[in-house]
Amino acid sequence: MPLSDKDRIFTNLYGTEPWNLQAARMRGDWDGTGALLARGRDALIEEMKNSGLRGRGGAGFPTGMKWSFMPKASPDGRPSYLVVNGDESEPGTCKDRDILRHDPHKLIEGCLIAGFAMGAVACYIYVRGEYYNEIQVLEAAVAEAYDAGLLGKNACGSGYDYELYVHRGAGAYICGEETALIESLEGKKGMPRLKPPFPAAVGLYGCPTTVNNVETIAVVPTILRRGASWFSSFGRPKNSGTKIFCLQGHVNKPCNVEAEMSIPLRELIDRYAGGVRGGWDNLLAVIPGGSSTPMIPKAVCDDVLMDFDALREHKTGLGTAGVIVMDKSTDLIKAIQRLSAFYKHESCGQCTPCREGMGWVNRVMLRMVEGRAEPNEIDVLEQVTRQIEGHTICALADGGVWPVQGLIRHFRPMMEERIAAYKAAHFPMAAE
Amino acid sequence: MSGVMGVGGGFEGTHAIGKAEAEEPTHFAFSEDSEAQIARIVARYPAGRQASAVIATLYIAQKQMGLQTGSAWVPRVAMDAVAARLGMPPMRVYEVVTFYFMFNTKPIGKFHLQVCGTTPCWLRGSDDVLRACKDAGHLKGYGDTSADGIFTMTEVECLGGCVNAPVLQVDDDYYEDMDYESTVKLLEALKRGERPTPGSVIGRQTSAPEGGPMVLTGSEE
Repeated sequence: MPLSDKDRIFTNLYGTEPWNLQAARMRGDWDGTGALLARGRDALIEEMKNSGLRGRGGAGFPTGMKWSFMPKASPDGRPSYLVVNGDESEPGTCKDRDILRHDPHKLIEGCLIAGFAMGAVACYIYVRGEYYNEIQVLEAAVAEAYDAGLLGKNACGSGYDYELYVHRGAGAYICGEETALIESLEGKKGMPRLKPPFPAAVGLYGCPTTVNNVETIAVVPTILRRGASWFSSFGRPKNSGTKIFCLQGHVNKPCNVEAEMSIPLRELIDRYAGGVRGGWDNLLAVIPGGSSTPMIPKAVCDDVLMDFDALREHKTGLGTAGVIVMDKSTDLIKAIQRLSAFYKHESCGQCTPCREGMGWVNRVMLRMVEGRAEPNEIDVLEQVTRQIEGHTICALADGGVWPVQGLIRHFRPMMEERIAAYKAAHFPMAAE
Repeated sequence: MSGVMGVGGGFEGTHAIGKAEAEEPTHFAFSEDSEAQIARIVARYPAGRQASAVIATLYIAQKQMGLQTGSAWVPRVAMDAVAARLGMPPMRVYEVVTFYFMFNTKPIGKFHLQVCGTTPCWLRGSDDVLRACKDAGHLKGYGDTSADGIFTMTEVECLGGCVNAPVLQVDDDYYEDMDYESTVKLLEALKRGERPTPGSVIGRQTSAPEGGPMVLTGSEE
């Protein structure tokens, strides 16, 4: 049974209706929010834990547990903050954009509820700078919410004072990393901080802070209204809920769609994206969760489920659920090299293995695209990626080398053929 | 690739090389309108934390330059004005400008063509979009400004519009589902002084599949 529309959270995903407050209320947003808050902080966090919601920004950390790390009271007078990560920059990911421009009130209501549950006095929504038009919509929606008494002093008549601000970034992938985002929000270069201390202890302006993804926060009001058991009835245990998938690349009809977790990858592509270009047998490989997740070959795609745990069994991940489909016409080595170029460009330069490593990996990959290499250099490349992985402050470098590892793991013969072809073309004598 | 990748974010950027020194203004002051915007933004942050407004203030400076000179960029004197306005050491502003990608440290053309070349767009034909920009915009390559000063072209990383790939961003607007012909058409329209409606150029309803949504159609009971 495919997910039915009545169980979809983002009922205005495509912007077929207006985004404004009146239309949002018709869709059920801001319905009895004050009564939700009246349940109290502990009850809200408990309900979120029971729902099984895991962060939708890529790492998949349990949301309710994250909120519970925030201090119950402030002994030293420091305020707490909620920061919402709308930096959406992982190649292959464009789901938060639809929430920001088509369903901003779901996000804003979620910001109030989540902020209340963790005792935050204010929330900053950090949106990537390129989403200029989306920010115009979001800011107008925030103004509507203030005017209607849903935010600000005595928000929703709850007796709780809560401020919400939109903050625009300026084009840096690294600012999607939560501590880099906090640095950026403070007006600095977006360089990740060492952890510990974690943001829940020392975050924005040195105050307790939780950073959550846009989609994570935007599903909160619906989960609380319909109940944790409703949400957790979709997907396999520990992989609960519905999720926006971004289906793209060599499919007949690229699109965003909200579907149930643990849906088979093949069903997802066939049902919602019109199938693989040229038919399923024309499939070569899929990057299942945004650029950082290693690709999987067709044989795995045939029956893999789209959730955190199933994809991890195949040494990849659900990530942001940006599904990049590549058919047999694809130069996979070039496709991965372009990602290497991306990570080189986006490295903040703070850690040596990343700053030097991303450039080195890209240079070697450029030669691999041509085949201008020795076969044993594939091993050298693989070994160097292992030296980079896990040796930096943040996970950018990990995400930068995983696609290369995935290529070598599944398509090494393709790389070897490319090298042999180059040799045959340039050194014909040696081929005899 | 490294020469290309440095474009846009740094002092070493290649936007209109050679013109920069000549056009570096000697003075910059925020307009009344800009001052009002800055005051609104600074108020969003706690007292003493006005440095949080640095990115927004730099955008305001860049936009004001665009309005005043026809070229939206941030000269050194504008960075100093931002530093003075927010009480920051100038160096802290310079390093923000060079760290982030969206500030132009050299004059740019009237329209900023930002071609996404990351894998999701590349798979759907971003090379054709690039070729069309070169042909119709009379541009030699990334970082180039056309001789008539109308276009500057930059390669950008993933714009986050991947299900509508390939994406071409013109200033603040996304044009989606592009190909060679539609890119040429767009550039010709811009030259004529028109501003086509942003979004999908093949008539898709935003991120819904071509031909119309398959879910959320209102047909379910």
